[in-house]
Parts: sequence; C-alpha cells; structure tokens
Amino acid sequence: MTEPLVYEISVPGREGVALPKTDVPESELPTGLLRADLPLPELSEGDVVRHFVHLSQRNYAVDTGFYPLGSCTMKYNPKVDEDAARLPGFAFSHPLQDPSFSQGNLALMYELQEWLKEISGMAGVSLQPSAGAHGEFTGVMMMRAYHRSRGDNRRTKILIPDSAHGTNPASTTMAGLQVVELPSDGRGNLDLQALRAICDETVAGLMLTNPNTLGLFDENLEEIARCLHQCGALLYGDGANLNALLGILRPGDCGFDVLHFNLHKTFATPHGGGGPGSGPVGVAKSLIDFLPAPIVEITAPGDQEGPPVYGFATPSKSIGRVKAFHGNFGVLVRAYIYIRMQGARGLREVANHAVLNANYLRTRLRETYHVPYDRLCKHEFVVEGKWEQAPGIRALDISKRLMDFGFHPPTNYFPLIVPEALMIEPTETESKQTLDAFADALLKIAEEARTQPELLTGAPHTAPVSRLDEVRAAKELVLCCRPVSPGADDEAA
Amino acid sequence: MPYIPHTDREREAMLEAIGVKTVDELFADVPAQMRFPRLHLPEPLSEIEALNELRELSEANLETLHTTCFLGAGAYNHFIPSAVQHILLRGEFYTAYTPYQPEICQGTLQAIFEYQSLIAQLTGMEVANASHYDGATATAEAVILALNQVRHRKKIVLSPGLHPQYREVVRTYMQGVDVEIGGDEAPANLQELQERSRADSLASRVDEATALVIAPYPTFLGEVEDLAPLAESVHRKGALLAVVANPIALGLLKPPGEMGADVACGEGQPLGIPLSFGGPYLGFFATRQAFVHKMSGRLVGQTQDTEGRRGYVLTLSAREQHIKRARASSNICTNQGLMALAAAVYLSQMGKQGLRRVAELCYHRAHYAAERLSQVAGFSLASRGPFFHEFVLRCPRPVAEINRFLLDEWGILGGYDLGRDFPGLQGHMLVAVTELNTREDIDSLVTALSELPEKGGLK
Repeated sequence: MTEPLVYEISVPGREGVALPKTDVPESELPTGLLRADLPLPELSEGDVVRHFVHLSQRNYAVDTGFYPLGSCTMKYNPKVDEDAARLPGFAFSHPLQDPSFSQGNLALMYELQEWLKEISGMAGVSLQPSAGAHGEFTGVMMMRAYHRSRGDNRRTKILIPDSAHGTNPASTTMAGLQVVELPSDGRGNLDLQALRAICDETVAGLMLTNPNTLGLFDENLEEIARCLHQCGALLYGDGANLNALLGILRPGDCGFDVLHFNLHKTFATPHGGGGPGSGPVGVAKSLIDFLPAPIVEITAPGDQEGPPVYGFATPSKSIGRVKAFHGNFGVLVRAYIYIRMQGARGLREVANHAVLNANYLRTRLRETYHVPYDRLCKHEFVVEGKWEQAPGIRALDISKRLMDFGFHPPTNYFPLIVPEALMIEPTETESKQTLDAFADALLKIAEEARTQPELLTGAPHTAPVSRLDEVRAAKELVLCCRPVSPGADDEAA
Repeated sequence: MPYIPHTDREREAMLEAIGVKTVDELFADVPAQMRFPRLHLPEPLSEIEALNELRELSEANLETLHTTCFLGAGAYNHFIPSAVQHILLRGEFYTAYTPYQPEICQGTLQAIFEYQSLIAQLTGMEVANASHYDGATATAEAVILALNQVRHRKKIVLSPGLHPQYREVVRTYMQGVDVEIGGDEAPANLQELQERSRADSLASRVDEATALVIAPYPTFLGEVEDLAPLAESVHRKGALLAVVANPIALGLLKPPGEMGADVACGEGQPLGIPLSFGGPYLGFFATRQAFVHKMSGRLVGQTQDTEGRRGYVLTLSAREQHIKRARASSNICTNQGLMALAAAVYLSQMGKQGLRRVAELCYHRAHYAAERLSQVAGFSLASRGPFFHEFVLRCPRPVAEINRFLLDEWGILGGYDLGRDFPGLQGHMLVAVTELNTREDIDSLVTALSELPEKGGLK
C-alpha cells in the first residue's frame, strides 16, 4: 500500500495551525510585489502528523534494526543526546547574539575542540564544516593555501588511493587541484612503489583513509608519511573510519597534517536520513593559521572568581568561512555529551568492540563469502557477493534478500577495487546475538543462491515496495509533484 | 556500558572464534611505539551528571524563549508548531542513513520528494534538490552550477546587499577556481550600499563575460524590489540570475521563478528549524528542469516498483561523487536531510493560508515597529522603498551600547549592528520583526529606546 502525497490529501479551506490575529494597524502591502497564488497543501495538524508518521513507518533505521552499512558507522544514537541538544539555551540561542551572552555555547565548542585535538593528536581544530565531504574540501583548501603561502605554486596534484571514498577526488576537483589515483598492493595497502615513483615537487598531498575502505590498517603508514614529507607534500586523513582508532592510535602522532572527523559517525550523532552531519577539521601545527574562521579561543583565563571568557577568533591566514555562522552547533552538542559520557576508557572500548565485532563477523562468513584481503580487519571488512556455483547472483541480490531477513544491507559495490563488493561495518553497539543472526541470514542466503536463486533475484519480498525501476526514474525525471488542479498534466498530480 | 552490550563471556567466545587471546592482538598491525596512547580527557560522567553539566552550559546562554528578540540578519526567531519536533524525533527518521536502499527507505525518500515539491512551489521553480548545508553554501553551489552551465564565462556579479557571510563563503569556495568575483566592493555609506544593491545597478555590472548575477530577495537590509527587469537584462547578456530568497517572505511576495530567476536558493532555517546558535540549518536550492544535470546535491525521483506501485529513488546519481568521483558536479554527500524533513512538515502544516498569514504578521508588525521607532527622538528609519520584516534604524549612539542597555535594563535582544560588517554603517541597526514579536514587545522596545540615557549615562 502506498502513502498518498501531501498534495493528494489536501482539502481546500483546511487549516493546520492557529495563528494570532494582527494586533497592529495593517500597513499597505507592496501591490506590485505580491504573489497571486501560494500553491501549498491545506491540511489539519492531524492530517500532517498521521501522514508523516505513516512515512516514518516505511523506513528502516538504527532504532528499528541492524544497519551494517560499511564506512557509515551506523551505531546506536543515545537518546540523552537529543534531549541535550534541545535544551533551550542551545536550541534557542541566536548565532549573532554577543559572545558574552553565549558563553555556555562557546565553552562547549572550546572543550569539544580540545577533546578532538586530544583524541586525534592534531594541534588545532575548527568545528565549522557541516559534513565529512565539507571537511575534506576545507582540508584540501588549507593544504593548497599552505603551499601557496610558501610560494610553492607548482603543487597541484592530490594523490588518492583507488580504494578511497568518492568524495576525496570530488573535493579535490572543487578545490581546483588535480587528482592522481594510486593503486593498492596485494595486501590491500597503498602501493608504496607507486607512491615513491610519483612523489615530487608537484604533489600537494595524499588523501589517506586509514583504516582504509577495505577495513585494513595500512601496514606502511609510517613510510607513507615519510615519503610525502620528504618531497614537501602533506598527508591528509579521511576520518570516516576513525571509530577503529579511538584510543588506539592518534593520527597526529604518525604524520597526518590534516584530518577531518565525522561526528555523525564516530561520535554517535544521528545521520538524520542523510544529515545533518558535522565534519570538523584538525590540523598539525604548521597549518593552524589556515583553519576556517571562526574558531573558539579563551580571551581571558579563568580563576577562582569565575570561569574563563571565550570568544571567536579568525586565524591569521584563514582560508575564510566555509559556511555561515559557527558550524552545525546542534550536532556539536550531541558529540560533546557523547564524549563526556565515554571518557578516555569508554572511547577505547568503542574501538575495541567495533573491531572485535567486525573480526567476529568476518570469521563467521569467510568460509562462505570470499574475503579478498583476508587478514585481521579493523572496524569493517569487505566480501565478494558472488559465487561460481550461482552465476546469476550479484551483490545487489544478496542485499535485497537481506531485507527479507529484517536487516539493512551492507554498503554495495564499494570499494570499487573489489568485484560485487559487500562492505560490512557492524559497529560496537551490536550484540553477539545480532551478529549471529545476521551471519546466519547471510549463510542461509548463500545456500539459497545455489538452490533457489529466484528468492534472491526477486527480493525483497516483504518490504513496503519491491525493486524500483531506477532507469525509469532517471529517464522520466519526475522530481516534484504539482498541486492537483484542472489541466495539470503531471502524472504525479 | 550502556551502549556496548557485550558481556565478558560473550567477548571470550568471540575472541576464541576469531582465534586470538586478547582484544589487543586485533591491533597488532598498528605501529607499536604509538599504539594505545593515554588520552587526557575528563573522567566519564553518568547520564545524570552529564545532563546536569549540559544544563549548566545551556543556562549560561541568553535564549529567545525568555528574551524578546529583534535580532535576525540571516537567522530568524519564528514560531515552530509542536508537530515539527515530534515528527523529527521519530527514530525511524532521524536514525536512518541516506536512502541508498530505496525499498526500505520509502519514508525518507517520499518525504524528500515532498520537500522538493514544496520548495519548487514556494519558489515558483521547476525542480528543487534534497538540500545543501545552509543558505551560504547553497549560494556557492549556484556559482558552481552557473560556471558549468554557462561555459567560458568567468565573471560573477554579487550584490553588495547579499548577506556578508554568504559573500565570504562564495569567495572561499572559489579560491581554487579561475573566476572573477565583483560587484560587492565595500560601500562608503548606507546610501551607496542601497544604491548598488538595486536591480538596475546590478544590471549595469553585467557584460559578455558574466556567468551569474546573485541578488538577494529581500536584501541583507530587508529591502525588496521586483527582480523581473534584472532577470530580463541578465538573460539578454546571456548570463544567469540566482535569487537568494527568504522563504517566509515568499509566503507573501512574488516567487523568484515568476520573476525569471534561473536559481532560487537560500536559508531554510525560518521553515520550522530552531535558531540553535547557527546550525544545523537548511540550504534550499531550486532551478530550471533544463539545468538539472548541472545541479549538485541529492535528488529524489518518482518511479515504479516491479508491480507497478509508485515509489521513490535517488536519481541522476551519475552527477554525484560516489559514481563520477573527480568529475562529479559537487562533492556533496551527507546534506541536511532531517532539516529538509522539518521544512516539509512545517510547510505542510502551515499550508497555503498559514504561511501567508505568518508572512503578513511579519510584514505588518515590522512596519508598525519601523513607524513607531522612527518617531523616537534621535532615531530614524533608514530603509528606502518596500521592506519585508527587517529594516535599518539609524541610531544616535553606537549600536553595541544601545544593545547593552536594552538587554541589561529591558531584557530585549536588540537588532544587528551593521557596523560589524560595513565600516561605513556605524550607528545603523538592522531590526528584525517576526510573528513572535507582539505589539507589546514592539511598544516595549519603543519605550526602552525613548528612555535611552544621555551619552555617558550608559554602562
């Protein structure tokens, strides 16, 4: 059963909200500037609530089940974080009110900057970027600005391993730099020979995800950093996979010059069905002056009488603003309370259990699903979703069949270097029982692939809709519905 | 540990299955001399203690529930119907990921499709995307679209009346791109800023090298004018027009699409999203269907399942980073999904009559405030022509001093000090009035300013 669109349940004359009467003399409206019609739906509050609750019921989410989406770190989102972000002083403070009246917000931002520095080993942090890709763009722009400030204008290349997230090359292009792809070696590490061959005075830096998207810790990390620094280039860390390193290794200690965090992955802030995220950037000492503005600083130290005074500051060679105001503040509040409740020991346990869970699942599956780089993994691992004995079956079919078992599928077809890739990240918040049920489902599906492949190719059988025609969507391109009106030719109406 | 369910026994069993003795062995490939650093973080707190600490921090901020707010300048204090937060708190929505597996993400997908539809209707444009980070980054994305759509043109004309932070973000985004940005050179005074923000003045800056003109609607100073003539002259020169609009104003005023805009974008925060100290907000972005392949950001399209039932999927993903990598139209991945949901619920509930009513309340109360305030000795209205819900008040004293007095003595959060962004506009306050400012609030502000002590009498 489908849920009608808001426009389809609209009834002319219906109202959804009681608003105050005008209590001031009415001014003349600017007649030439008025719109003739405002084509919004007309619904009661009950209509609206029921409609969106119905929609929510057509969603899979961490709150409804296991979500092993590789590189997305779909861990449980603590409820207290939501309450914290909705405290009135946070939710109803204006970004432009004087900092002297926002000292609670600034203190929170300052502490979070400090904690992220401590966790990562970076020397400076800006909380401004809104998402991981936004942090990447910010980081690459800083690398560019750093080289140029030294008169080093020839460094136009950014090296990116073939296993990297697509956002890395896209961010590089946006920053006006050139992408050079590097291969992986037979153990899933970055190919050191290829790196050595290309490192010269035209390289601005390397974007490294470590553990990489195969879930593997790069065994040559120190050599990679040395190589880059020797040729004057910088090492960028994509923090998408930082969950595996909390309390295990600080990227700043092993040569990373720039690192972005994904608070919506590592620090348990919810993904919101595609945002809002938050992608702070950390930098080594040499890049502190390039951080995007503003950052929070202590302007007067505290003493017995009172707390320190906090203020906004613009670093001396700042690349500028990357968004309006101060970052996705509400997300920062959630990350703050998460870290505050974990402490150093808790964060270490997070990484421990994320890695334990991934290796346990890998162990349970490796006899049945080919694991292309089969060594101890970190927080995630990649298997191939194909068998010679089941020629018609693809990773996509396995994914759709998993839905019938009540699970969200893993990430599909990524990284690109593994054929029919299924990238599995269980996170630390899942129990052994859940992992066993998931492994049992995947083993059963492997058996079905050989015995009853149509169960896979026809899946999902129990979802609100069956497989959707993506070709048709791109060809017909119905991107919005029009209000129902006579003569409307849009079929969505 | 509340978020990690493992018991000792389960841990043992899992380690045994893996074939290692301790968890530490799982990290054997991490360089030993740097492994397991001691992190200097404060001792962990219980939920009770942590929430108490957060409450204290929260209470150290001024907030608009207990303060009359006349501050806007890009972030507005509007009424948010209760239903919006209740829908946002559905775990099925807020703990889901980007809808990559459409069969089990129809809720998110249909909600975004409805959001795209509502934004398209509100702006009078043909298509809208699933969101950008905020109004500033949406504006920067309009530049990227224009440079891709109108090839071989390298000039962008920015209205000096565009939000100062948006102009700054556009420049940051364009640092690595060969493009010339102009039109917004610092004005000497208010009159020059107003003159140069006008449509005819912007039109005079357009030439054969111009790819895009960006015009605010209303301007940062709150003023509005019909942009149809500007659109016409921009198009005559072969360039595009992006209109950065306030979405509440569009409840009353002619939509950008009707005036010929090629892009309508802006800050969606007024549509049911709390001030939240500046974020998370919502960058809305709408354009012509013909430009859809050059538009960045996620897009939801309608289709059918194998049984002919209507359904929704992410579409045109060939534009996006996970497919096209270095050749993608943008790097955007995670956007502001939940904020788009908030706007969809808000617009659905406000509806045709509600949004118009909110816009009218803003308009009438702002005009009442402007008239009353301009009668206070020493103050005068410096806005020219029609304005929506923000206006410029010329003040007899530095705005910071006045605001300190308003807050200390009257508990009123005063308007924005325009001198912060424009050195030539010292002593000018940008006052925002919304449906949350009652006549009583406005009268209090008038009385407060009438009682402003003589120079030297201020703290």
